[in-house]
Amino acid sequence: MIEIEDVTKIYEGTAVVDRVTLTIQPHTICAVVGTSGSGKTTLVRMINKLVEPSSGAIRIDGVDIAGIPAFQLRRRIGYAIQGLGLFPHRTVGQNIATVPKLLGWNRGRIRDRVEELLDLFGLDPEEFRDRMPHELSGGQQQRVGVARALAAGPNILLMDEPFGALDPLIRAKAQEDLLTIQRRFGTTIMLVTHDMNEAIHLGDTIAVMDKGRLLQAAPPRTIIADPATPFVAELIGTAERPFRLLSLARVSDHAEPGQATGEPIDADRSLRDAYAELLWSGRAAAPVRRNGDIVGRISLDQLARLAARPR
Amino acid sequence: MKVGSIFRLLALVLLIALLLRPETFAGLFALFAGPRQPPIYNQGSLLELTLNHLAIVGAAILASTLVAVGLGVLVTRPIGAEFLPLSRALAQVGQTFPPVAVLAIAVPVLGFGTAPTFVALFLYGLLPIFENTLAGLTNLPPKVTDAAKGMGMTGWQRLLSVDLPLALPVILAGVRLSTVISLGTATIGSTVAARTLGEVIIAGLLSANTAFVLQGGLIVGLLAVLIHDGFSALERLVLARNGQAGAAAG
Repeated sequence: MIEIEDVTKIYEGTAVVDRVTLTIQPHTICAVVGTSGSGKTTLVRMINKLVEPSSGAIRIDGVDIAGIPAFQLRRRIGYAIQGLGLFPHRTVGQNIATVPKLLGWNRGRIRDRVEELLDLFGLDPEEFRDRMPHELSGGQQQRVGVARALAAGPNILLMDEPFGALDPLIRAKAQEDLLTIQRRFGTTIMLVTHDMNEAIHLGDTIAVMDKGRLLQAAPPRTIIADPATPFVAELIGTAERPFRLLSLARVSDHAEPGQATGEPIDADRSLRDAYAELLWSGRAAAPVRRNGDIVGRISLDQLARLAARPR
Repeated sequence: MKVGSIFRLLALVLLIALLLRPETFAGLFALFAGPRQPPIYNQGSLLELTLNHLAIVGAAILASTLVAVGLGVLVTRPIGAEFLPLSRALAQVGQTFPPVAVLAIAVPVLGFGTAPTFVALFLYGLLPIFENTLAGLTNLPPKVTDAAKGMGMTGWQRLLSVDLPLALPVILAGVRLSTVISLGTATIGSTVAARTLGEVIIAGLLSANTAFVLQGGLIVGLLAVLIHDGFSALERLVLARNGQAGAAAG
């Protein structure tokens, strides 16, 4: 658990982070959203002491980090920034091994861990271990960056615009990978992004920041349905609200009994995908398929109900 | 590139021939010698002078590199930051002070021979290496240094495993510059009896024998060109290995 309590950071008389209080539950993803200059990056950099707060306290699992030497704290916390943070003069394997090496793991253990992580991220160890970062594509670099951050099995992972430099297709894949890994390891993730879509997709909690202040911290559903300030509403985009709401739930959660014709929709797709599919194929309902069996149907009427503002 | 390689190979062959078989060129240099003057330097071995010349330059550059890189590292650390202006001024004085003046001051203290030449070259070599070390260490990619810090490397670990390796090409460019300058400057050392290729040039000037002057000058010139190329190749190698190729070389 990360507890940020009344934290302020003042640079040259201006509060870039202004009295922020925020608690991040263990094993959840908190997406910090805001425009540039909102203080979101500074807030996250205070968790691993890259920035020292001017006042306030930050506790990790109940322990105030002020008393922990910075380099020791950082070795316990994964840190991933846009792909460019890889060490250009070290191989992929050496990059991933950075923190385990700092922690004094023995060679065999480091080797096994590097292999495990490369496998996990779909990079063949034989092929990629000894490559240099500049020989990789943007998506591969990004995966190595996250693998490096996770190398020593940290409980907490800080990510600053980790997918910012990726094109949309690779970006979607990277987001799915992150969710899979987060579920597998139960890592607590604090992720900075300026992209509301990304925040809604990834975040269990969304923290919206503007001019150093935390405007609202809540689950995506609440943020969409009940924005705390006009700025939050604007960030979500009023025209996007129903679709964002649909994107939060899966077809499997709302399949109803009944028949429908045409191409079935997979149960693990989002309601937004189902809605798009129905509109595009001009149908009022479509069968829902799970593991090859038709388990019910999803209809436009029902989607319209689900897209309406929750009361 | 190909033409360049051929040119370099020719320069190397010419240099080796000049050092091992200078008499081969007697006919050519006779054109520049007076009627009763020897066309080829005859007061010592050209090879021995060249090796001595290189040894003095090498030792001086090694010392300059150690001190300049050490200073550069010191003043880019938080504790040394306030010494930055001072050390910059010192290195600049070393550069603006004419080597001849250094020789004049050093001789009464250190005596004639190699020592005063070494001191002059050492001082003269500091600035380019120091400035390049500073440039290299202050222009590191911020994302990379941020990542190094964020992963829990201590200051020393960052310096040795990230900062210096990435600054190396720029530092090497400074060493290259200092070396090439020192190769030429070392000839002045012969005015205070250091055994360098300056002896050949001075002997030529004293006896009005242009052939000697040309021989000394030609060897120094060829050395400078070849060593310059060697360093440049090394810089490109490090840049490519670091994945910085395409980034501006010094």
